[in-house]
Amino acid sequence: MKQNVIDIAYVVSAILFIYGLKRLQSPATARKGNQLAAIGMFVAVVATLFLQEIMTPVVMIIGVVIGSGIGVYLAKRVEMTGMPELVAAFNGFGGIASALVAGAEVARLMAPNAAYTGGALFDGFAAVTISLSLVIGMITFTGSFIAFGKLSGRISGNPISFPGMRLFTILFLAGTIGAVVWMVMNAGMFPGVGNEPVVQAAIAIAVAGAVLGVLLVIPIGGADMPVVVALLNSYSGIAAAATGFVLDNTALIVSGALVGASGLILTNIMCVAMNRSLLNVLIGGFGGDSGGGPAGAVSSEGKTVNSTTPDDVAILLSYASKVIFVPGYGMAVAQAQHAVRELADELAKKDVEVKFAVHPVAGRMPGHMNVLLAEANVPYDMLFEMDEINGEFETADVAVVIGANDVVNPAARHDKSSPIYGMPILNADQAGTSIVLKRSMRPGYAGIDNELFYNSNNQMLFGDAKDSISSIVNEIKQL
Amino acid sequence: MLENLIVFILASIIGSEVISKVPQTLHTPLMSGSNAVSGITMVGALVVAGMVADQWAMILGVVALVVATINVVGGFLVTDRMLQMFKRKE
Repeated sequence: MKQNVIDIAYVVSAILFIYGLKRLQSPATARKGNQLAAIGMFVAVVATLFLQEIMTPVVMIIGVVIGSGIGVYLAKRVEMTGMPELVAAFNGFGGIASALVAGAEVARLMAPNAAYTGGALFDGFAAVTISLSLVIGMITFTGSFIAFGKLSGRISGNPISFPGMRLFTILFLAGTIGAVVWMVMNAGMFPGVGNEPVVQAAIAIAVAGAVLGVLLVIPIGGADMPVVVALLNSYSGIAAAATGFVLDNTALIVSGALVGASGLILTNIMCVAMNRSLLNVLIGGFGGDSGGGPAGAVSSEGKTVNSTTPDDVAILLSYASKVIFVPGYGMAVAQAQHAVRELADELAKKDVEVKFAVHPVAGRMPGHMNVLLAEANVPYDMLFEMDEINGEFETADVAVVIGANDVVNPAARHDKSSPIYGMPILNADQAGTSIVLKRSMRPGYAGIDNELFYNSNNQMLFGDAKDSISSIVNEIKQL
Repeated sequence: MLENLIVFILASIIGSEVISKVPQTLHTPLMSGSNAVSGITMVGALVVAGMVADQWAMILGVVALVVATINVVGGFLVTDRMLQMFKRKE
């Protein structure tokens, strides 16, 4: 009877998760959606806590209270610019939790007293699901924390590798599979034989997964992090689902599948937006932090760029009828989003039509720019996706590129030798005038020169984006 | 076991259908919110740590419970913080 109530509670929470995610289809309903999902989680947890026969409810409640305290602290404290690394860290927590539950299940099934195991047997199927849960959970854990390190600048954003690394990774992968086979082979024999081989195999699998997570993420450059974060997001879901198979628990399977699907879709969107295959991203070695190669590594071949001043830009913008802003990672680094919003407000006062064009991979995680601009109070209906706005650049008087680079490089359209050839770009070059705010002429993460900079209708505004925009705003106010 | 596999496949299909319609502007909240959902592992941790008196199962389970709770509570809260910033033009 109690089990039936628990099962019904799990179905209710699954329904709430699905409807919650569905409401994320529009910014107007999204907040409600997130709350629905949270209620779903509450239902599942409360049903388990009070209906499942838990021997030590006090310990469990203390655990929940401690975890909640830390979660609240982290969620309240984070700055919006720190969001990519926080999401990565939370992913990591999800991964390790799944691996730990699988480990606990091994301990339970291996317990010397049959009363502990509830008669459950450690069969081949259990061995496979436990292995999957351990491996994926540990990869998610260490991979996410490497991503966390790269995103927060604690580890270099440049691809890190050493000679023979790929071979090393393949060997580790083979070793992991070997450990899984070892566990499965020993599983069937239990009970009756010593349990050491199974425990040793479990530990070996967990360690191998942890090393693999590190090996898989360190060779990937900072600018490819949107793909990595989305993929790890998917892993955390798959790990939870695998744990659901281990425990024969529907709530975990359904939620894990939802998250796994979500992460995979985002990963795919990111890859398409860079015109690269997932394998190509994962092999890594492509690009580092903003700035890419060393300054001056790319010869400008005698081409000249026009540079401009905030005063001139102020005049140009205030007499324009339509302006499109193109934000990129550089805007986040310079923390220029509030200044940009102010500029947009000033222009709106002068009846200039202002729009924002956001490339899918701008920033360090999917939707990064949108969150920063929302924080700066830019209404979301001023933000447009690439396909919606690309046709409008032709009719815009000015395109202002703030800290974006490769996503506006026209070479992606026609230069077959370019590493970014084929990547869909924003047509900033088609605007009457394009203004690029940049610290210097250093190339973007792809390490290549940007043709846009040398166009005759392009002007460079060198300097810190936030300072430059603030000067433009002051100038416009005086006009 | 087949039942579980069917549930997994159906949930994946529903997830794909629902999530592929989420606009780019909400991709970050989608990630952090779905990440919080993956903290459902806390239910697993409760089950495994609560059911048995085995010491190791208990220790691993309680640690899992704490980290999964961080994931759940932190994830939903931070998503809420982000989503309340998304506003329409007045």
